[in-house]
Amino acid sequence: MLAEGIFIYLAAAITILSVLVITRKNPVHSVITMLVLFFHIAALYVTLNAEFLAAVQVIVYAGAILVLFLFVILLLNLKEEAVARRYVGPWPLGLMAAVGLFLAIIVSLDSFVAGPKGAFTTEVIKAETNTKALGKILFTEYLYPFEVVSIVLLVAIIGAIVLAKKRLRS
Amino acid sequence: MPTAFLPEEYLPIVIFMVIILAFGLGTLAVGIVLRLRRPYQEKLLPYESGNPPVGEPRYRFSVRFYIVAMLFVIFDVEAVFLYPWAIVFDQIGLYAFVEMMLFIAILVVGYVYAWKKEAFRWD
Amino acid sequence: MPGIVDTLLYIAIIVAKILVVFGAIMLHVAYATYFERKTIGHMQVRLGPMNVGPHGLLQPIADGIKLFFKEDIIPAQADKPVFFVAPVISLVGALSSLAVVPFFEGFAIANINVGLLFVLAMSSLGSYGIILAGWSSNSKYSFLGGLRSAAQVISYEIALGLSLVGVMMLAGSLNLTDIVRAQERYPFGMFLLPQIIGCAVFVIAAIAETNRSPFDLPEAESELVAGYFVEYSGMRYGLFFVAEYTGMIIMASIGIVCFLGGWNGPFKIPYVPFAWFFIKLYVLIFIYYWVRATLPRYRYDHLMNLGWKVMIPLALFNIVITGILKVMKALP
Repeated sequence: MLAEGIFIYLAAAITILSVLVITRKNPVHSVITMLVLFFHIAALYVTLNAEFLAAVQVIVYAGAILVLFLFVILLLNLKEEAVARRYVGPWPLGLMAAVGLFLAIIVSLDSFVAGPKGAFTTEVIKAETNTKALGKILFTEYLYPFEVVSIVLLVAIIGAIVLAKKRLRS
Repeated sequence: MPTAFLPEEYLPIVIFMVIILAFGLGTLAVGIVLRLRRPYQEKLLPYESGNPPVGEPRYRFSVRFYIVAMLFVIFDVEAVFLYPWAIVFDQIGLYAFVEMMLFIAILVVGYVYAWKKEAFRWD
Repeated sequence: MPGIVDTLLYIAIIVAKILVVFGAIMLHVAYATYFERKTIGHMQVRLGPMNVGPHGLLQPIADGIKLFFKEDIIPAQADKPVFFVAPVISLVGALSSLAVVPFFEGFAIANINVGLLFVLAMSSLGSYGIILAGWSSNSKYSFLGGLRSAAQVISYEIALGLSLVGVMMLAGSLNLTDIVRAQERYPFGMFLLPQIIGCAVFVIAAIAETNRSPFDLPEAESELVAGYFVEYSGMRYGLFFVAEYTGMIIMASIGIVCFLGGWNGPFKIPYVPFAWFFIKLYVLIFIYYWVRATLPRYRYDHLMNLGWKVMIPLALFNIVITGILKVMKALP
C-alpha cells in the first residue's frame, strides 16, 4: 500500500515536473524545476533499491550536467530567444502524435512481461549493498565496456576542448 | 505487480529535508511579520559603489567558465566510476588494480591534452 | 503490517532525533561565528566582541535577532522566484548532509549505505545557490561573484571526491559508520597516516568548497564587495550565512569520519559519547579560522591552477599509491 502510494506520488511528480520544465518561459526557471525533477528521479531509484544509481543521479545529473546547462544558459544570455515562438508547426499534428503514442502505450501495457528473476534479488542486494554488487559485476564481467568508457570520456575531453577553443579564438 | 522495496533508512532523510525546508521558509515568513519594509526607488537599485548602474548586468562572460564546466562533467563521471571500484577493491584485488590503472592512464592522456591546450590556464 | 500507532511512534522518534541534532547544530553555527571573531580577534591582538553579555557571549543571539528585524530589500530588476529560492537551495544543500553523519557509535539520523556519496551529492548542490543568487540579483558584482564561485566550487569538487577514494578503498564501504569502524585497526585509530596525501587534498578542497579564506574569492570584498550575496539582506542573507557555517561543520565532520577516526579517541570519555567527535570538530574549525587569520587571499587564476593542476593529479596519485600498497598487502 505505502510502497504503491510512494510510487504514484513520484510518478505523478515526475510527469508534472517534466511538463513544467518544458513550459517555463525563462530557461533558468526550467533549470530549477529540473533540479527538483532529478531529486524525484533519484528517490524513484531509491525505492527500486538502487542507492548507488540514486547518488549518481544527483552527483552527475543534478550536480554536474545541470550546472553545465546553467553555464550555457548564462553564457548565451537568452533574452531575445526567450520571447521567440517556441512551438513550431501546426499544433493539431503534435496533439495527434501525442494521443497516438499514449494510446499505443495503453494498448501495449497488457503485453508487458516482467523479466526473469536474476541472481540479484532484493535480499541479496540488501545483504551485499547495491554499490558492491554493481562494482563486482562491472569490474569483472563488464570489464571491456568499462574500458571503452574511458575512451569515450577521452573523446569527450578532446571534443570539448577543440570546440571551445575554436570559440575562444573567434 | 512486483512488490516494491521500502528503503526505511531513507525515511529520516526525507523528513529531515522537509524540516530544513520548513525552517528556511519559516524564518523567512517570521521575518515578514517582524521587519519593516520601506522601499523607494534608489534603495532598490543594484549596488554599484554608489553610482547609478551602467549597462547590462548579465553580460557575456568568458568561455573559460564553460570549458571548466565541461571538463568538470567529464571528470565527475570518471570519479563516479572510481567509487564502486574502491569499495570492491578488496574482493577483486590485483585484477581490479590493473584495469583501473588502464582506465586512469587513458584519462590522463586526455588530461595532459587539456593541459597542453591550456584549457586550465586562466588569464 | 505494523499498527498505525507503532508507525507514528517510529516517525515521532525520528523527528525528535532530527530536532535535537538540528537544534544542536544551529547553536554550534551561532557560536562558531562568535568563536571565529574571538579567535581572529586574539590572533590580531584585539579582543573581539566584548559588549553583549560577559565577554560578548550573547553576541551571536543578538546578531540572530537583528537579522530578523532587518529590512528585506529585493532589487527592482531581480528575478523574484529565483532570488527567493536561491538561499533555500543553499540551505538544503548544506544541512541535508547532517542526516548521515555518525556523531557517536550507533547514532546517525539515517545510517545509509551510500552515506559518503550522499554528502558529495548534497555538497554539489552548493553551486546552485551561489550561481542562482548571483544571476537573479541583477547586479554586476553578484553575477561575477556567483560565476567565479561556481567555477571554483565545481573545480574543487572533483579533487574532493577523488581524495576520498583512498578512504573508500581502505574501508571497503561508503557507509560512514563502517568507515569509522574500519579505522580501528590502523595507527592511532585513524586513516590519517596511510591517507596523508588524501587528507591534505581533502582539507584544501574542503576549504575551497566552503568558500572560506584563503579561497574566499567569491566574497573578495576588495573587488567584488560581497560576491554573490551583495543584494541579499536580512534573513535571506542570514540563510546563506547559516548554509556557509553548516557547510564548514559538515566538511569538518567528514574529515573527522574519514581521516581522524570519528567518535573514537585515545581513551574513553565516560557519559559523553560524542565528546571526541566534538573535540576534533572544534580543532578542525579552529584550523579553518587559523588559516583565515594567517594566509592572504589567493588570486583567481592561481586558485584555478591549484585546483586543476595540483589537487587533481595529487588525488589520482594518492589512489594509485593506495592501490599499490593494497596489492602489496602492506596495509593492516
